[in-house]
Amino acid sequence: MTAETLSHALEVEDVDSHLHPHRSFDVADHAVPTGREEIWRFTPLKRLRGLHDDAPLDGDGVGAEADAPAGVSIELIAPDSPLRGSSGFVPSDRIAARVWAEATRAWAVTIPAEAAPEEPVVVTLTGKDSESATASHLVVSAGAHSKATLVLRFVGSGTLADNVEYVVGDGAHLTVVSIDDWDDDAVHVGHRHAKVGRDATFRHIDVSFGGDLVRHDTTAEYAGPGGEVEMLGLYFADEGQHIEHRLFVDHNAPRTRSHVSYKGALQGEGAHTVWIGNVLIRKVAEGIETYEENRNLVLTDGCQADSVPNLEIETGEIEGAGHASATGRFDDEQLFYLRSRGIEEHEARRLVVHGFFNDLIRKVGVPSLEEQLTATVEAELAKNVLREGPA
Amino acid sequence: MATLEIKDLHVQVQTEDGPKEILKGVNLTIRDGETHAIMGPNGSGKSTLAYSIAGHPKYEVTSGSVTLDGADVLAMTVDERARAGLFLAMQYPVEVPGVSVSNFLRTAKTAIDGEAPKLRTWVKDVNTAMDRVKMDTAFATRNVNEGFSGGEKKRHEIVQLELLDPKVAVLDETDSGLDIDALKIVSEGVNRFKENGDKGVLLITHYTRILRYITPDFVHVFVDGRMVEEGGPELAEELEANGYDRFVSAAV
Repeated sequence: MTAETLSHALEVEDVDSHLHPHRSFDVADHAVPTGREEIWRFTPLKRLRGLHDDAPLDGDGVGAEADAPAGVSIELIAPDSPLRGSSGFVPSDRIAARVWAEATRAWAVTIPAEAAPEEPVVVTLTGKDSESATASHLVVSAGAHSKATLVLRFVGSGTLADNVEYVVGDGAHLTVVSIDDWDDDAVHVGHRHAKVGRDATFRHIDVSFGGDLVRHDTTAEYAGPGGEVEMLGLYFADEGQHIEHRLFVDHNAPRTRSHVSYKGALQGEGAHTVWIGNVLIRKVAEGIETYEENRNLVLTDGCQADSVPNLEIETGEIEGAGHASATGRFDDEQLFYLRSRGIEEHEARRLVVHGFFNDLIRKVGVPSLEEQLTATVEAELAKNVLREGPA
Repeated sequence: MATLEIKDLHVQVQTEDGPKEILKGVNLTIRDGETHAIMGPNGSGKSTLAYSIAGHPKYEVTSGSVTLDGADVLAMTVDERARAGLFLAMQYPVEVPGVSVSNFLRTAKTAIDGEAPKLRTWVKDVNTAMDRVKMDTAFATRNVNEGFSGGEKKRHEIVQLELLDPKVAVLDETDSGLDIDALKIVSEGVNRFKENGDKGVLLITHYTRILRYITPDFVHVFVDGRMVEEGGPELAEELEANGYDRFVSAAV
């Protein structure tokens, strides 16, 4: 482990910055968080069911089923498989390090080079009980010049900590749609890391609706010039729900691009969302282009949306870098316009929220998934925004 | 059968210096088939009258009444007013991101009629309405008013007027910012609406040029929150020639 740690450390050359917390495979290097740390200050630790501390991770309360088109392999891998860590993933916090060390299930999805399956690979993780915590490690490898879509769906009731690695080969095009559609009592802490090959495209669409506490760290780096990362996110926090997204794009290669766009809606007492969008542009990363944005729509009183974009630039030789963050309530003029056409207030609100998300869904670019996502949003809206009552 | 009756309407808005009265006792009755033009200088309160009739929350009615066929409009919510048969074509139509024109039109039509339009005829109706104002039917898939030019927004308002078929249409400076071709197209839309039967039209405008295409039965001059003169189309010609000076100085 020491040699591996060293090699990773050399490759990564951690920049001394809070954007880039100290990374290590060794659990002992990550103290139990107190909640005062920059990376933990927004998270209600008490509701993590000990994942951040020492709660056992050997449960099997979250089962996995996969459906893969011909040619795509799905297999269990040994704890010492070289696939693990092949994305350059190094745990940046205690939970990720614990999953690395203790995951009882490690498996791999492999898309061969130049394969272009028409149907998506669908992996469903179903929680059956939330008593015991499950840890899982998945490595997804997209071979050079392959083109594929992977859908990760989380449903049921469970406590899950998982690491997912994406290795996107040169010229490959991988689209991942991750949907947290948990029951109300689920806790999910996920770490996702992608290494994007030369001229490759990695698109990550993260949809989080269900669960009591969902926290995703999604990070990306490049293995060569010309790579492109698009991260889209869509979340809806109801009463008492905590949804946190921490993103980090490490522009460590020239002429790479990244585009991050997350949109969320909040409703009900204690609904809390957190979005941290970090981008680092290293000295070598000349000619890159990056844009990140987060928009939150606050539907009722009693909600809190934290939104923090960070951009750290070590070279001025770039094409463009920008970010935007906006959190607001319903636009009264939009509601007035719709209502002046006879549309009742609750229906007008539903339309505005629908539109807010629809704008993002249209960017997914996979028609069958767009329909599915629209249906998921509609179901969520039917449960909540459609509900009549005081505005 | 449609009569919109406005009696002694007083309306105020909240400003940093406290409430400010904008409408100072407006009286106006629009009967079946009548087209009334309200003309006035900037800041006279013309748009406030339009938005007050539609029920915009910014405008607070302090006294007076507005009735549509005897029903108390002021007691209705914004959407109830529209369902009762009032329509406001706005000077600055609002963008609604992510909501397609076709979804918007269908939702509005369903709300107004109380039932979903028949799919078979609806698509044709929408296409016809768009064709008539020379709007490419591709606009149906675009987001409501997003990225539309000023003229396209106004034409979209007329499409809605045709499809929603209200009893009384209030057009708030629908002519402003239009070139002559767009002005003709929009005017033709309003004239088609008038020909549909017993419709009332309240045309609010700053300029007389739209009155060359839409002939009003009555012209009202509006200054400082109230009507100061009423006449026929000839009053518009006088305004064209002499401007508002006579009325503004009289009001001061």
